[in-house]
Order: sequence, then structure tokens, then C-alpha cells
Amino acid sequence: MRPLALNLLLSVAILALMAAGLALGEVQLTGTQIAQGFADPASAPHEILFDIRLPRTAAALVVGAALGLAGAVMQGLLRNPLADPSVLGVSGGAGLGAALAITASLAGVPGAIEAAALGAALLVGVLLTWLAARFREPETLILFGVAFSAFLGAMTSLVFNFSPSPVTLAEVFSWLLGSVANRDWDDIVRQLPALVVGTGLCLYAARGLVMLTLGEETASLSGLPMTRLRAAAVAGASLLTGASVAMAGIVGFVGLAAPHLVRAGSGGDPGRVLLPSALAGAVLLAAADIAARIIPTDLELKLGVVTALFGAPLFALIAWRAARSWTG
Amino acid sequence: MSALFLRDATVRRGGQTVLDSASLAVEPGEVVGVVGPNGAGKTTLLRAALGLARLDAGRAELAGRDVARLTDPERARLAAYLPQARHVGWNMAAGRVASLGAFHLPAAAARAAAAAALARVGMSGLEDRGVLEMSGGERARVLLARLLVTGAPLLIADEPAAGLDPDAQLLALELFREEAARGAAVVLTLHDLGLAARFCDRLAVLSGGRVVAAGPAAEALQPDILGQAFSLDGRLEPTPDGPILIARRRGGWS
Repeated sequence: MRPLALNLLLSVAILALMAAGLALGEVQLTGTQIAQGFADPASAPHEILFDIRLPRTAAALVVGAALGLAGAVMQGLLRNPLADPSVLGVSGGAGLGAALAITASLAGVPGAIEAAALGAALLVGVLLTWLAARFREPETLILFGVAFSAFLGAMTSLVFNFSPSPVTLAEVFSWLLGSVANRDWDDIVRQLPALVVGTGLCLYAARGLVMLTLGEETASLSGLPMTRLRAAAVAGASLLTGASVAMAGIVGFVGLAAPHLVRAGSGGDPGRVLLPSALAGAVLLAAADIAARIIPTDLELKLGVVTALFGAPLFALIAWRAARSWTG
Repeated sequence: MSALFLRDATVRRGGQTVLDSASLAVEPGEVVGVVGPNGAGKTTLLRAALGLARLDAGRAELAGRDVARLTDPERARLAAYLPQARHVGWNMAAGRVASLGAFHLPAAAARAAAAAALARVGMSGLEDRGVLEMSGGERARVLLARLLVTGAPLLIADEPAAGLDPDAQLLALELFREEAARGAAVVLTLHDLGLAARFCDRLAVLSGGRVVAAGPAAEALQPDILGQAFSLDGRLEPTPDGPILIARRRGGWS
């Protein structure tokens, strides 16, 4: 499939999911009620459609796009198809920040948990950006990332350990499992600066990702300012990941799977894979959110659970097909 | 002014001296071969010249400028490099890979330059093939095409003939001669001493990190140097088509 056709197809899928996101939910709306929701701003259906479902769908699309883009950037930077936004420990940092904020009883302060998550992610991001500028080899960055992830995971466990009450513990757990339920426009707007700057940095780094396909040394002799581009890639992916976790908790698999879904259609080019990865991430997460809404369970399924439940088999299928194409 | 200039270049790694006071100057329009046994320091010499390996002593210059003080874009304007590893991270199309040598050109011009270079390396019409679906030798040709696309005044290639069939080896070396004819300085590492003697204007023989001989092949590959550097009993035999190497391992089968 040509890249343009792929992007168009994904855009159509996003529009369809937006429509589905408005139409589907806990409360079943009839066609008449939906029409009323559009016609009458004071009606209950209007509130359901535009104050509950639309921001929720928008949050899912934005978080999915950010994770898809961050995943594609990490895979390109590290030249590793297993890389995803969590591989360098940024998600772990954001999770720890949120856990600390919840146990410090900041849940009542609007935006406090999100700010703590984003702040912690940025701290990890700054450290990683410094390391990325200093060390050229992707293996080094991955090893540091594994160490960060393990350490931050242990710190989060420590927060659980010292949690003042089982209720707080449940709150932290619930937050970490990921969800875009009850997100309003303010939640999205608060993360916009990080998302915009992160996206800009990732797009700036795209040329460097393409050149890195030929290896570090060839890239460093290509004439591109590779140190700056590598730092931009890490900083951009960190911002996007941090903002995503701040908005929706930790949602796995989207950042890993989205680039794989669209790589063949982008000619394998790590620069040209960025846009379709973002679109595919939005599709995956919006679909997962709709699944979470309509699967009949007493407690709504968490987004991170749905993406893992459906994402893991899907990813195995992609890996199976990729392996078959490699072995001919 | 030399395109590449090394004076007493020394690189130490892990307590070992891998390049030991090596000196070499390469002028525009000539092809210089760097030869030596495995582990002699050939790749380190190339990397030191390009500023990829830090010098512990000595000096490395590209076009008369200290390589350590060049910015990335300045260095790219002065030299292009084909590393020994033929690794490509993703299955990009051959045309796209070759066009990366001219990323600063508009897309259409870069594509045209890539197509022309792929034609030169015998890969015409394969612009859309994924490089990871190719054989190792085909991929090596695509990467050689990328090097040619750069049009840099100094081309440095580490083992450009490795993994190529005999026809492609000769083609690659002929292309480097063409590049020298257009005025480029060319530095190659080669293991095939016969090819090195035939296609290079001068050779630098490395052994244990030191340049033990330098000059035209007939001088640099004297029997005593073949013995000292390569542990070979042998000689260069002139033929109407150029010199060939006749050699056997010291103490080996005759």
C-alpha cells in the first residue's frame, strides 16, 4: 500500500471511531436522542455526547497518537523493533510521579496527579536526553533505560509498600492501569504544550532517524547534526510519553504495535513511518477505549488491560507474519 | 593540500596501542590502499582520519583542517565513508538508501542521483527493492552507490570489495578509479593484495598498528615486507594486465 493511501485509510478509520465514540457508551442513545443532542445544547443527550463522550474519544485519540509517534521514534532511534515509549523508563517515571501524588492525597487538587506524572517523566527525559547526547550507541541507551525502568518500578513498589491505606493503594493501581474515562477538555488542554513541543521535536528528529538506518558512524558523517537530532528524538518521545501517561495512565502495546502495523506501508523508512504510526496509535487506542466501554462488565475494563489483552495476540500475529516474510 | 593527512597518529584502546605513530597523506586524484593483516589497525586508521576514533597523540587533517575541530556538516563536505559493516537497520528501498548520500538535495534530484549511482554499481531498475530482501553482496553495492552519491572530494571505504563476487569487486575498484579521475582522493582498505597492487596508486602497509611500508605497490609489497607484515613468502609478479601476487604461507603447504 502506498503511504498516502495508508494515511488516508487510517484517517477514515479515525473518523469512523470518532462517530462510534459518540454513539456508543454505557447509556444507549436512540437515533432521536442523538439528533436531539446535536440540536439542543441544553438537553441531556447533548451533555452525554459533547461533555462526556467527545472529550473521552478525543483523549483516546490524542494519547494513542502520542504513544504511536513516540514508539516509532524510539524504534527508529534505537534501531530496535522491540523498543516502545516505556523502554527508556519514561513511563515508569511518570507512573512513580502519579503514585507519589496520589499517596500524598493530592487527588483532590485538579491537575496535580497529571502534573506530578509529567514532571517526573520530564526529569527522566532530561537525564535520558543528556545520555543520548553523550553516548552514540543505542545499546548503551537501552541498558540505561532498563536500569531506570527497574529502579523506578522498584520505587513505585516502595510507594505501594508504604501506602497509608488499601483505598489509596487501589487508587494508585487503578490510575496506573490506564483509562480515559471521565476526561474533560481541561485534561487535554493541560497536556497540549507538552504534546505540541514533543511532536515538533520528533518531527525535527525524523531526518536523523532515517540516517541512523545506516548506523551511527555513517550517520555521524552524513553532515546532519546527529547529536542534536538524537537528543531531540529522546526529548520529544519523552514529552509525548509523559503527557500520555499524565492523561491516561500507563497504556502498553500501542507504542510498540502501531509502528509495526504501518511499517511495511511506509517503505520501512523510519522518518516516513512517523505520521502513520501516530494515526495507527490513535486508531488502536480509540478502538480499545470503545471496547472498554461496551464490553459488559460490572466495573469498566481499564484501558491498559484492554490494549494488553487484545494487543498482545495482535502483536504476536504481526510478529508471525513478519517472521514468515523474513524467512521467505 | 592533502585531502587526508595523518601525522604520527596514535590511538590506544584498553591499554593497547592499536594505531602507533601512523603517518599518511592522500592527494586529490589518487587511490591509496591501506593493507595489512587482521587486527593491523586499518579500520582504526580510517576512523582516526575521519575523527571517529579519538587520537591519543598526533594529528589528523581533512583538506588541511584539524578533523577534531570540524563541525558535522563541514566534515561531511570534505569526506564520505563506507564502513565495513553492511548493516541497514530497516527494510528501506535501495533507491531511498542510495539517496541518503544526497539528503541535502531536493527529493527529485536526490532520487535521480541515487538511480544514476545504482546504475553505476550494476543495480539498475532495483530502486524499489527492499535492501533487507537483497543478498549481502547486493546490499554492499547499494551502500557503495550511497557513497558515490555523496560526490565527496575524499572517499574512504573500509573493505569495499568484501563479500562481492569477482565481477563486482572489479567493478567497485574501477568505480573508485573513475572517482579519482574526476579528482577525488580515494582511500581503501583491501585484503586482496593483487587487487590492491593493480588498482591503487600507492599502498600503505600496516602491521601491529604501524605503517611499515608505503609507496607504489612494487615498493610497498617487497618480499621482506610480505614476510614481516603478512607472514607470507611471496612476490609481486608483473603481467601485461598488471601485477599479481604469488605467495604462500611461511612454513605452509607449497
